[in-house]
Amino acid sequence: MAQVTLRKVVKKYDDTLAVRGIDLDIADKEFVVLVGPSGCGKSTTLRMIAGLEEISDGDIAIGGTIVNDVPPKDRDIAMVFQNYALYPHMTVHENMSFGLRLKKVAKDEIKRRVENAARILDITELLARKPKQLSGGQRQRVAMGRAIVRDPKVFLFDEPLSNLDAKLRVQMRTEIKKVHQKVRTTTVYVTHDQVEAMTLADRVVVMNGGLIEQVGAPNDLYHAPTTKFVAGFIGSPSMNFIPCRLEEASGALIARMGEVSLPLPEARTARYKPYVGKEVLFGLRPEHMTERRPYATGQPQDFSVTVDVVEPMGMETLLYFRINGVEVAARVEPTSAVASGEVMPLAADLAHMHLIDPATDKVV
Amino acid sequence: MVDAATGTMGVGTRAAARRRPGLFQRKSTIAFLMALPLILIIALLVLYPALYSMHLATLNKSMERFVGLGNFEFLFKRETFWMVVQQSCIFAITAVLFKALIGLFVAHFVHAIPNKGQRKWRGMLLVPWVIPPAMSTLAWFWLFDPSYSAFNWLFALVGIDPVPWLGDAYWARFSVILVNVWYGAPFFMIMYLAALKSVPEQLYEAASIDGANWWQRLWYVTLPMMRNIILITVLFSTIVTFANFDIVRVLTAGGPIDQTHVFATWAFKLGIEGGDIPLGASVSLFMLPILGLGAIFILRDINKRGNEA
Amino acid sequence: MATAVLHDRGGPSRPVRYGSISRSRKRALVWSYVFLVIFAIFFLMPPVYMFITSLKTSQEISAATNPWWVFDPTLANYIELLSSNQYLTFFKNSAIISIAVVIITMCVSIPAAFALSRMKFWGSTTLATGVFLTYLIPETLLFIPLFKTFAFVYEYTGIQLINNWWVLLFLYPTLTVPFCTWIMIGYFASIPKELDEAAIIDGASYVQTLTRIFIPVALPGIIAATIFAFTVSWAQFLYPLAFTTSTDQLVLPVGIITTLIKGDVFNWGQIMTGALLGAAPPLIIYAFLMDYYIAGLTAGATKG
Repeated sequence: MAQVTLRKVVKKYDDTLAVRGIDLDIADKEFVVLVGPSGCGKSTTLRMIAGLEEISDGDIAIGGTIVNDVPPKDRDIAMVFQNYALYPHMTVHENMSFGLRLKKVAKDEIKRRVENAARILDITELLARKPKQLSGGQRQRVAMGRAIVRDPKVFLFDEPLSNLDAKLRVQMRTEIKKVHQKVRTTTVYVTHDQVEAMTLADRVVVMNGGLIEQVGAPNDLYHAPTTKFVAGFIGSPSMNFIPCRLEEASGALIARMGEVSLPLPEARTARYKPYVGKEVLFGLRPEHMTERRPYATGQPQDFSVTVDVVEPMGMETLLYFRINGVEVAARVEPTSAVASGEVMPLAADLAHMHLIDPATDKVV
Repeated sequence: MVDAATGTMGVGTRAAARRRPGLFQRKSTIAFLMALPLILIIALLVLYPALYSMHLATLNKSMERFVGLGNFEFLFKRETFWMVVQQSCIFAITAVLFKALIGLFVAHFVHAIPNKGQRKWRGMLLVPWVIPPAMSTLAWFWLFDPSYSAFNWLFALVGIDPVPWLGDAYWARFSVILVNVWYGAPFFMIMYLAALKSVPEQLYEAASIDGANWWQRLWYVTLPMMRNIILITVLFSTIVTFANFDIVRVLTAGGPIDQTHVFATWAFKLGIEGGDIPLGASVSLFMLPILGLGAIFILRDINKRGNEA
Repeated sequence: MATAVLHDRGGPSRPVRYGSISRSRKRALVWSYVFLVIFAIFFLMPPVYMFITSLKTSQEISAATNPWWVFDPTLANYIELLSSNQYLTFFKNSAIISIAVVIITMCVSIPAAFALSRMKFWGSTTLATGVFLTYLIPETLLFIPLFKTFAFVYEYTGIQLINNWWVLLFLYPTLTVPFCTWIMIGYFASIPKELDEAAIIDGASYVQTLTRIFIPVALPGIIAATIFAFTVSWAQFLYPLAFTTSTDQLVLPVGIITTLIKGDVFNWGQIMTGALLGAAPPLIIYAFLMDYYIAGLTAGATKG
């Protein structure tokens, strides 16, 4: 059993709070990704779990035991670093077995474990090489191998893919997922890349400013963000936020944003009613603003805009235009895109809209 | 396990869990112990003698009586002292200047030739720095020999009168500076070469495209980029040259009639050979101002770096 | 310019400029070589002249022949010196002291540099700066108070430190330890932080991190520091001159100067041979480990 529990964990550097009291329960065998912008405290949190940083307040437990003052080596964890941190003077085999050799594990046991890990990661033929002779992806595998060999309770990954080029990153991402499926160890993974977070995680923890914004399964975060930050952070290109004014007309609600005004779904009337007459933010992802489609599902609402910039992406085209003073993106089929400066009729699928109270930055 | 978890997660038991490691397992204690020999060496064999020499300077010759600034008063009245001050300054300033210039020129030429041959030339040109100065100064001594000078033999071939290299006060001063320049210029060369290598090639390309000629590239690109290394090397060399002992001692031992003494050799003569330790200590203390100047520059540099980080 | 056009097989006028660039480059290159040769002669003349003189007999040295040429080469000077007990004692003293100082320096510098660069403790930043400043304090400022201090030690404890070669084992580390610590701090600082964190997670203690990770990884720096410590110890002149006097306690530089120069009678063949042999160990090390030597030299300034 290797659940990880954080209770009101705080990290203070001199007078600045890097982590401002977070609570988190990570279940056994779960793959949890901590994601957020740089400086949000995600790496600090990971390093506190590893024992590389002392915690200023609160408790961390691994496998049910509080480890606040347990040194890293006794926490039974393994960590994969951003720059791999392979010992340059050791071969791959020596790198992977270093921890075991320090623990005086029997030689044939070390050999068995290293070979097993090498097989899982497909690096058996690299065992005699030095890190310098390896490519970035291979080094990444060795770093993971070093973690697997130790058979720890928890794997910790600190932005392990950010030193790789885009193509390799996608490949290694799949690799990490496969390895986790094979070894089934509780994993805490830190990244700033929300795509990595979405694709890898059982649960994603979005952090911002030293606090947890939201915890949830990838699709929950995408479809039901609870704060403006999460709504904007998850998804690419990010969600459009348009300032609007909520008006009531014959029982239905209308969001008025400059010359565009959209009637809101009836099902949400009760929820949004308290905000009538107030300035709020209307949130809708670009993929829910499309050309008008005959077979459209959901609740499409038509409107027209003058396109400023057209960005063809291949399988889709992004259109940028202004509504109520802010830049807004829409995702349309390449065939239906117009040239910049022209007027384009669009449809907004309001079943996916969010309303954000600017006073609290919470999703209503 | 689960029960244990919920049990120990309570607030009350936290104090017990937050156990500090013992004094001798603490990181700072281990670190301090690792640095202790260094601290002892610096404290006992560098800082203590440095302070002790200030105390010594206030004693009389037999070191029984406190004479305050008496030693300094005595020194200030002696003509030799002012000559040593003058000679030390001339020696240090001229030598550092020529070392810096020659070093810069040679580094420039080494940098200008194809990469393949650079290693060989660099290796050859650094030889003076590698030979122990006491040994190489002996060779110079022999080259300057009054009756068998190999230089004078060459001069005779082209009809120049023999030069009294070490016999005449002015020539002797020239000679000690020459030997010091010979010994120290390679060090500047190697520093500048390292600095030259670190200037990105694109800067020169950009400057060329902007229409800079050779001289402008040197003035606007190379020198500003090397500014820090030039400063630190000059500072460093000034301190070392000011405190130089070996070359003057072996070449002239201060002669003729004390005309080439610098602080270090004169302090040695008075303190160790003459047996007047307090007076020797007083003389050697005159090397402190230049040291202090160096320390200020370096501390400022370190602080600046600290702020940038 | 004009000739360049003529040789350009009547191409358009533009290639002329390329031609002139490569020509001016070639000229700059020739000048570079000319100056390099001049400076190389200047820099190498004394050691070469040492070598020339070392091959001469006393008669030839005092003859009025061309001093830059050996007419009657002989190895007699070498044979005589290398079979002289006195000279071999100097050599042995120098070798023992230099090697011992290197060992002491490394044993002090490496752990201290590790502690200063990786394990912060109270006053560690001040100490790191202090280490560098200490390096700037020249031995010429310290020899008089140290001399007096050692004389006091004798008065109070009866241990005679002065005029024993091993007293130099206390003195030389003041020259080598600060600089070696400083360049080791620099080398250790260039090792990524994650490497020691990985080692900590792998279960290494601080000492194990130092011996099994840092020392092997920073080996080039350690070699550079070792070379520095050795050459400084070997070349040191002031301390042995002040602190040792009996001929059996002298080290090489002092020994040659005080024993081979007898009054006004200079035996230049032997002096030059002795000096050349004395310069040989640093030169040999330099010849084989030039890159480390230069790395050590430049490390001090670029990291300072």
